[in-house]
Amino acid sequence: MSAAPTPGPAPAAGKGLSLPSFQARLAPNPDGSPWWARVFRITNIRVASQAFFFGLFVFLLWVTWLSRLKGYPASLFLEMDPLVGFATALSTHTVYRHLWWGLFLLVPTLLLGRVFCNWACPYGTLHQVTGWLFNIRNNKNRIEKNRYRPLFQTKYYVLGVFLVMAAFGSLQIGLLDPICLLVRTFTVTIIPAVDWGLASLAAQGLTAASSIVFKPATPEPRVFAGAWFVGALILGLVGANLFIPRFFCRVLCPLGAFLGVLSRWALFRIDRDVTKCTDCDLCLKGCEGASDPQGALRKSECFVCFNCIDDCPEDALSFRFNPLPSISQLVKGSPKDGTATLGGLPVISKNLAVEVKAPDVPRRRWLFTAVAGVVAFPFLRFSKDVNKRGFHHKAIRPPGSVAEPEFLERCIKCDQCINVCPTNVLQPAKLAVAGLEGLWTPVMDFSVGFCQLNCTLCSEVCPTGAIQKTSVEKKLGLGSYAAKGPVRLGTAFFDRGRCLPWAMETPCVVCEEVCPTTPKAIGTYDEVFTRWDGKTVTLNKPYMRPELCIGCGICQKECPVVDDAAVYVTAIGESRSDDRTLLLTGKKAT
Amino acid sequence: MNEDRRRFLKQLGAVAGISLGAGYVSLAPSGWPLSLSDPDGEGGKPREKGLRLPEKGFAVDPSNVLPHLGVARGADLDAMLKAAVDAIGGIRRFIRTGDVVLVKPNVAFERSAPLGATSNPDVVAALVRLCREAGAAEVRVADNPIESPAACFARSGVQRAAIDAGSEVYLPTPSDFRLLETPGATHIARWPFFWRPFAGVTKVIGVAPVKDHNLCRASMTTKNWYGLLGGRRNQFHQDIHGIIADLALMLRPTFVVLDGSRVLWRSGPTGGSLADVREGRTIVASTDSLAADAFGWDELLERKGEPLPAYFAKAAERGLGNPDWKRTNVREIQVG
Repeated sequence: MSAAPTPGPAPAAGKGLSLPSFQARLAPNPDGSPWWARVFRITNIRVASQAFFFGLFVFLLWVTWLSRLKGYPASLFLEMDPLVGFATALSTHTVYRHLWWGLFLLVPTLLLGRVFCNWACPYGTLHQVTGWLFNIRNNKNRIEKNRYRPLFQTKYYVLGVFLVMAAFGSLQIGLLDPICLLVRTFTVTIIPAVDWGLASLAAQGLTAASSIVFKPATPEPRVFAGAWFVGALILGLVGANLFIPRFFCRVLCPLGAFLGVLSRWALFRIDRDVTKCTDCDLCLKGCEGASDPQGALRKSECFVCFNCIDDCPEDALSFRFNPLPSISQLVKGSPKDGTATLGGLPVISKNLAVEVKAPDVPRRRWLFTAVAGVVAFPFLRFSKDVNKRGFHHKAIRPPGSVAEPEFLERCIKCDQCINVCPTNVLQPAKLAVAGLEGLWTPVMDFSVGFCQLNCTLCSEVCPTGAIQKTSVEKKLGLGSYAAKGPVRLGTAFFDRGRCLPWAMETPCVVCEEVCPTTPKAIGTYDEVFTRWDGKTVTLNKPYMRPELCIGCGICQKECPVVDDAAVYVTAIGESRSDDRTLLLTGKKAT
Repeated sequence: MNEDRRRFLKQLGAVAGISLGAGYVSLAPSGWPLSLSDPDGEGGKPREKGLRLPEKGFAVDPSNVLPHLGVARGADLDAMLKAAVDAIGGIRRFIRTGDVVLVKPNVAFERSAPLGATSNPDVVAALVRLCREAGAAEVRVADNPIESPAACFARSGVQRAAIDAGSEVYLPTPSDFRLLETPGATHIARWPFFWRPFAGVTKVIGVAPVKDHNLCRASMTTKNWYGLLGGRRNQFHQDIHGIIADLALMLRPTFVVLDGSRVLWRSGPTGGSLADVREGRTIVASTDSLAADAFGWDELLERKGEPLPAYFAKAAERGLGNPDWKRTNVREIQVG
């Protein structure tokens, strides 16, 4: 982004804009184009586009809340992510609900290349802004940092392993897909942090701050399991820009790799005119993708940011429709001794290669990637935590979730469900609960919240159908779902050794009061009792009626034995699978 | 040479300044300016000063002539509410031009209005309008539910009704709670209180449904103040009657409305089935919440003859009302 030339005399001393300098600002460019061409240049329009999409991304996360959701497509970015659509199609052989929206991104990529990466991707924008804001390099240094390196192949290996695993039924793209990663990071770390800051401002008297918080009307700050790790990861990945510009985008991004593979067919690309190019390398100064515009353009790496066109002092670069992949046959004479000509014009550049179509990954390395994906699948799936022979009793999935093996085919760990959950009960699973395969997938932690009876928001925002869109009737087993019964998340159990009426001669039964089923799933044995100190108390000793319990966990959440509740839910009895039914009468009707 | 001496003196000054400064702030007695000294570790603990509600609560001057209990029966909720309030002196006895009024409904659970677990939104709206017509400058509606606040207010219909009627709805956020001191209270002498909607309030009106309650037997206008507290409310069940008597002491309202349009007569306080609800066709207004609740126990829950729950006697001992409602001045009106 070179500065616009500012001809004319320096502004006159004194306040205000002097007339001559104003006229200079409106003067036409040296090439005769009008002054506004300096403002409406393509790189400025690109910046506006990035700002728009970043704003849209944050706005959609902001409306991902009961009181704001209305009809907004809250998961738009996730649903437009073609890697999400493609990988879930591999793992499930279906395209769920809105995932066809990936075409909105697929088609532009096939026409223009990886425009998404530098025009729309909010994570890319975050990296670019960070690199720009904290840049300490001089131009020479920047040029060196923007050269292509073999390290940048890594993202294709990441993509390959993830896609092979997806074909086996383990969907791991969400670990690094930039949209999933950024939604998760906002949900788990940035949103709580921003709300904390805004609440402090509101407490200082700036009441307007409380109306723009992401999560209004939450009596307590939201907390998330392992938030520190998600936070450390974003700091690390964003910080990596200081060492390698666009580190994540160039090295790790599986979506970028996916679009990179697709962009070999792109009809447009940056084209270098060898009769103008002086091999000065200035085009590398602002090259975001490290795509070698100074030589043979790597189509798979180019983010179409247009900085190279802006920076080229010779006007040798242009974004062209269907340019020739090779020009060496058309050049007459030898470029070495300076006699070469192209179309009658002398060739100035010493480098006649103009295009590298496909990603720089040798075939044998693709093969290794495939093998790695094949063996990684059993490595992960035969971890006890996610295997159906041993999956964790605390892996309690949100209402509407499909059975665990299908869940792992679909969940992209984007954590939108966790973002929309009004009670904070949905938490990103830790390694100990769900293994690496289920890391950051949603599980319910009833020490934090409970599943709100009439709420199905998580199923509403889930982009991939890991949580199937579920109506309240279906969740509660009403109307036409009466025969099937309600969705059961698990079953509650009493720990009589910790229960106040059972073990401590003290009245309580908060659990029974808050139990939302009718009739209540918690009953009491009522007993008039003479305590150790001679006082007479009525103890209502609670017990479970397992046929009625839906596993919503409000009993656990409200139990006064808060550190390790005397009533607690585990996944047994969940209605989504036949593997973890409890009662003989409670079998799933499949 | 001169340069060297200057540099040395500067450095010496820095060494002395930093050492002396650090020595002062850490060693100076704690009363001294800028002192951070804390030899016993007490100084670093948070000290929150408790707030207090007005000495006499939000009540207006008592009257020896007017009834304490206005009971309106019928079907037109607006007219019933007005008739009940008129019976105890009319809204202008309680609300003056410029008052800032807090209306406290019970929106504890995420239940639609017909299930009877929350205050009837139509009654809340009628009450808001009544205050507005009496000249209230501002009417606020606030509660701290058990379940997710936004969901409770939306599902119950109270949010929509309250806003449409011209009030502002306050849902709790983490910074809204302050420590409230209630001298004389057994359990909640210092307890986190939903303070934000109370800033600048001059009148407080409770509007509570009539509900069965497993532990305290009946949840009506007195227990309704539970929703103004935060903190570890789940300990309250260990002495629920003592807590309700404390709530009566903590908040002395301008008047209360017992919303008997529906009665959740079993499976309380959550309900969830229309079979648990029956039509009550009654609205009670009272300056004495114990009398109103006792009326509800006898006439709406239809438990006349059963002994009143223990909290009535506990609160009455403190002089906070008269559960013997038949001996108070009652006016009953049939509307329509």
